Amino acid sequence: MAKIGLFLARRLVKAAIILFFIVLINFALIRAAPGDPASVMAGEAGASDERYVELLRQRFGLDEPLHTQMFIYVTSVFQGDLGYSYRQGRNVSALILERLPATLLLTVTAFVFALAMGVLLGTLAAMKVGRWADTAITTLALISYATPLFWLGLMLILLFSVQLGWLPSFGFESVGAGFTGIDRMLDVAAHMVLPVLTLGLFYMAVYTRLTRSSILEIHDMDFVKTARSKGVTEGKVMVFHVLRNAILPVITFAGFQAGHLIGGSILVETVFAWPGIGRLAFNALLQRDYQVLLGVFVVTSILVLLFNIITDLLYTIVDPRIEVE
Amino acid sequence: MSRDFWRAFANNYGAVIGLALLLAVVLMAAFADVIYPRSPWSMVTTPFQPPLSDDVLLGSDTLGRDIAAGIVHGSRVSLLIGLTSSAVALFIGVTLGALAGYFGGWVDDAIMRFTELFQTIPNFVLAVVLVAIFTPSIGSLVAAIAIVSWPPLARLARGEFLSLRSREFVLAAVTTGQSTTRIILREILPNSLSPIIVAASLTVATAILLESALSFLGLGDPNMMSWGYMIGASRTVIRQAWWMSFFPGIAILITVLAINLVGEGLNDALNPKLARKGRGR
Amino acid sequence: MTTSEQAVLALRDLSVSLPPGGDRPLAVDQVTFSVAREEILCIVGESGSGKSMVAHAIMGLLPEPYVKVAGGSARLNGENLFTMSRARQRAVRGIGMGMIFQEPMTALNPLMRVGEQIEEALKLHSRLDSRGRRARVLELLQDVGLPNPGDLRRSYPFRLSGGQRQRVMIAIALALEPDLLIADEPTTALDVTTQKQILDLIRKVQTACGMGVIFITHDFGVVAEIATSVAVMQHGKCVEYGSADTVLNRPEHPYTRELIAAVPHYIEHREDFTPKGQALLKAEAVRKVFRVGSGFLRRGRELVAADNVSLSIHPGETVGVVGESGSGKSTLGRCIVGLHKADGGRIVFQGTDLVGLSRKRFRPFRKDVQMIFQDPYASLNPRYRVADIISQGPIAFGTPRKQAHARAEELLELVGLDPSAARRFPHEFSGGQRQRISIARALALDPKLLIADEPVSALDVSVQTQVLDLLDDIRHQLGLSMLFITHDLRVAAQVCDTIAVMQTGRIVELGSCRDVFSRPQHEYTRTLLDAIPGQGWEIPKDLRHLRADRARRPRELSQ
Repeated sequence: MAKIGLFLARRLVKAAIILFFIVLINFALIRAAPGDPASVMAGEAGASDERYVELLRQRFGLDEPLHTQMFIYVTSVFQGDLGYSYRQGRNVSALILERLPATLLLTVTAFVFALAMGVLLGTLAAMKVGRWADTAITTLALISYATPLFWLGLMLILLFSVQLGWLPSFGFESVGAGFTGIDRMLDVAAHMVLPVLTLGLFYMAVYTRLTRSSILEIHDMDFVKTARSKGVTEGKVMVFHVLRNAILPVITFAGFQAGHLIGGSILVETVFAWPGIGRLAFNALLQRDYQVLLGVFVVTSILVLLFNIITDLLYTIVDPRIEVE
Repeated sequence: MSRDFWRAFANNYGAVIGLALLLAVVLMAAFADVIYPRSPWSMVTTPFQPPLSDDVLLGSDTLGRDIAAGIVHGSRVSLLIGLTSSAVALFIGVTLGALAGYFGGWVDDAIMRFTELFQTIPNFVLAVVLVAIFTPSIGSLVAAIAIVSWPPLARLARGEFLSLRSREFVLAAVTTGQSTTRIILREILPNSLSPIIVAASLTVATAILLESALSFLGLGDPNMMSWGYMIGASRTVIRQAWWMSFFPGIAILITVLAINLVGEGLNDALNPKLARKGRGR
Repeated sequence: MTTSEQAVLALRDLSVSLPPGGDRPLAVDQVTFSVAREEILCIVGESGSGKSMVAHAIMGLLPEPYVKVAGGSARLNGENLFTMSRARQRAVRGIGMGMIFQEPMTALNPLMRVGEQIEEALKLHSRLDSRGRRARVLELLQDVGLPNPGDLRRSYPFRLSGGQRQRVMIAIALALEPDLLIADEPTTALDVTTQKQILDLIRKVQTACGMGVIFITHDFGVVAEIATSVAVMQHGKCVEYGSADTVLNRPEHPYTRELIAAVPHYIEHREDFTPKGQALLKAEAVRKVFRVGSGFLRRGRELVAADNVSLSIHPGETVGVVGESGSGKSTLGRCIVGLHKADGGRIVFQGTDLVGLSRKRFRPFRKDVQMIFQDPYASLNPRYRVADIISQGPIAFGTPRKQAHARAEELLELVGLDPSAARRFPHEFSGGQRQRISIARALALDPKLLIADEPVSALDVSVQTQVLDLLDDIRHQLGLSMLFITHDLRVAAQVCDTIAVMQTGRIVELGSCRDVFSRPQHEYTRTLLDAIPGQGWEIPKDLRHLRADRARRPRELSQ
């Protein structure tokens, strides 16, 4: 346990350092934007309001030298202050926090779905390598891998909402239905089906391919022969020897993919009007509300950092070799 | 070697189909002005014409523009941005990865921390922010996509260089007095090329997907017709006019699929040992 | 030798087919032999002889359907393994036979505790309850000579050394007291001293349980050490089969004779080397430390690879550096040739200290000190023609390309290859031929000192001798000095004038080849000498001639 504590501490320090640099990039982006930073930050709506622009100028210390500006910005972000949206008339951090749960619900569900299905299909394909089941799964993965998310979302809406009328096509829940308890959960779940499928399918394809190739690689290894020479049944060989080892690169990769998944939620939330930070970002984009956009940028990066720590932790639990390194 | 390569490639059904599809897309882009001489932005018929209407094969959009013309012209943006941004990403990635892998030590540490930083940032969010702040144009799109696409290439190149650096033929080059530049460029690089080529081809596919997603959000170059833009512009009318978003999406799907198939074919042909896995020894 | 009635395993006309398009249709071609209780049958052959395939076929581990049994039968206690049901096969595999593999590092599941892996077989095929199984696991770990069975049971394989892992493998194979143990080159990846322990262990458990053993190896020393009967395989066929005494001392088949003649051994008649003049190279108190596992917020630990190493090489002298893996012998070689920077001490080459020279200042010395590497498959750049590979050094030092290429052809002739080889690519050559190209490349710069880092350890025995002979021949012809790094004392004995024995980064003994062999001073040297397999066996006299003959005509080389 002490080892895990140490590991966690080390990872947190590392994450804090990375976060620091991300905030720096954020600062650089504001400065790099063409035009007066204060007007840029104010966005299209706020730029006409002299007082607001002046407020921004003071807040960022835009009359101060560059390094002071940087210092002011970084400390304010680390204190949880992501700025103020003139459009929405609210603090950016409050805006984001409010929408975070919906995004987390969507991305985590999609991730679990993608991972579970991916590992399952990948295993199935590897076990039936060269046969029709393998061909079918590989083809499905290949197509899912090439399908643009937003388009897939639209097509699913077209099929399941418009044509078949089975599932709701937008929103988090039925507005005004006044569901409570189990009913509300079911309602939300029904709303989630299409967004989760849309977001998850691409990553499912990724994990399917990865699992399949990883299993095929492990399958030839000596320790699998050892297990066979002990007279272990094929099923047990697969689960306890092959799959357990084959899953490691999948976990590593899943960690890397976290950022992509959260980025993808911008598209999915836009298509399905899902009230999360992705949709917030899209609206901010339309309104040129850069304070919000950059806030989303910082927060999603933090999510990725947290997610990476979780996958690393998972890895240390699955792989006993990690602690010595 | 190259004959074996072509034989292996030609034996791969998917790769051949992919190559054919890709050729079709390339021809479409090259001869867009011949196939549809009029600008894809011009109104040619009444809005909301379904597919197979009189003069518009794939229907018309909300402003009466020809969807088929849009698709043909849109292939240019996709290929242009996909290829140039991948080339830039490839250059950044391979250079950084090669330096990190070859020199190791603190150079490696610094470069890899930098790469990690870019891998942590959600790449699509960064691309959106970059394009939004620098106003959408071909240039900013290429730059943004390249900036978010290089880290995996850098990791791959680093891994290759790291393992090749301690290979005996590279050590032999050191002991026979070859210069560092020569060792990197003539001894290591050619031997690390095949996985990098494969990864680069997959990067092109991802870049095309990224470009279409950005255009879908309204961040495409406003002067060029693109597939993502067509879908984004018509998504609000999807209940009335499915064809407006359906066909451009199919175009993206086919192009990306074709590139992935070619990439996989390259992989199997360039790394025959890996390809034979699962087929016994 | 046994008749098939008393045999534990009787193999008849076993054939194993390869997928079409391979270099031959049958990996194993009608092989027949049998193994009785208490018998150790050694199957000997070089790489590609099909010896491993035999073992895999018996165990039912062939990568079907691509490689499969094409004919014949294998009866374990009278029951044909190839015709029984899958379920029965699994049961037989668990109870009747056990197998040990070559690579102990990869033969255990890295994610399962050692105890669990042994227990797995017991769970499947015995009636023991969990307490009984645990007791049995502890007993087995004890039997195979592992310390602290209680703790070890709960360890993961990565904590164990190669030798320990191989012991665990033996414990797994023995768990259900099988009638037959198959060992596929179980000691090839191990150091000599560990090899000796494992061989002793296998012999011990074999006598204790009265098992039959099939032991696959390429080393006739090992055969002499443990075999009761021997089958020699070449190109998938069994060319000679008989009792150990007959095959070792009165071999009949030419291939067997060739293999036995190629076994490296100490040659008595080598004259002691008398140094003349100044030393060409003097290493004084060389030290090299590696930092491993360091990274972000981690210090890593220090690994002293070479510590206080001193030796000198005179013109015309061949100094052998012998040691087991991790002894620092390769590190020493690489420090001298400038691939590693020594952290301390001096390496004086003809009066100049090479340690601490900048890359640029070191460069002129590169010409004088050249290296031959271990792995012939990794030491030549696959993208270049042989002529370019050999002439890369001279060209880098300013020789015109045309002249360098002409010289490359001469060198190819010198190392016993046809000059036309210059126009071909490395992949067109066999391992032994590639090693010759590697030697030609090293000679191209007219060096004064050659560092040969395990130059023959990746080669088959018969090729090994040829390359050794070539090296010996060339260094006499050109008056070269050589630092010969090897893990194999027998090989060192064949080419070296002086031998330095290294252990954990230090030289523990340094002396003439004759002294080290006949009057070893250090305990560790004695252990090493003692661990050489097959000491009781003398290579038949008539075969020593065969070897001497071939040494005299190094140009005629088998392809």
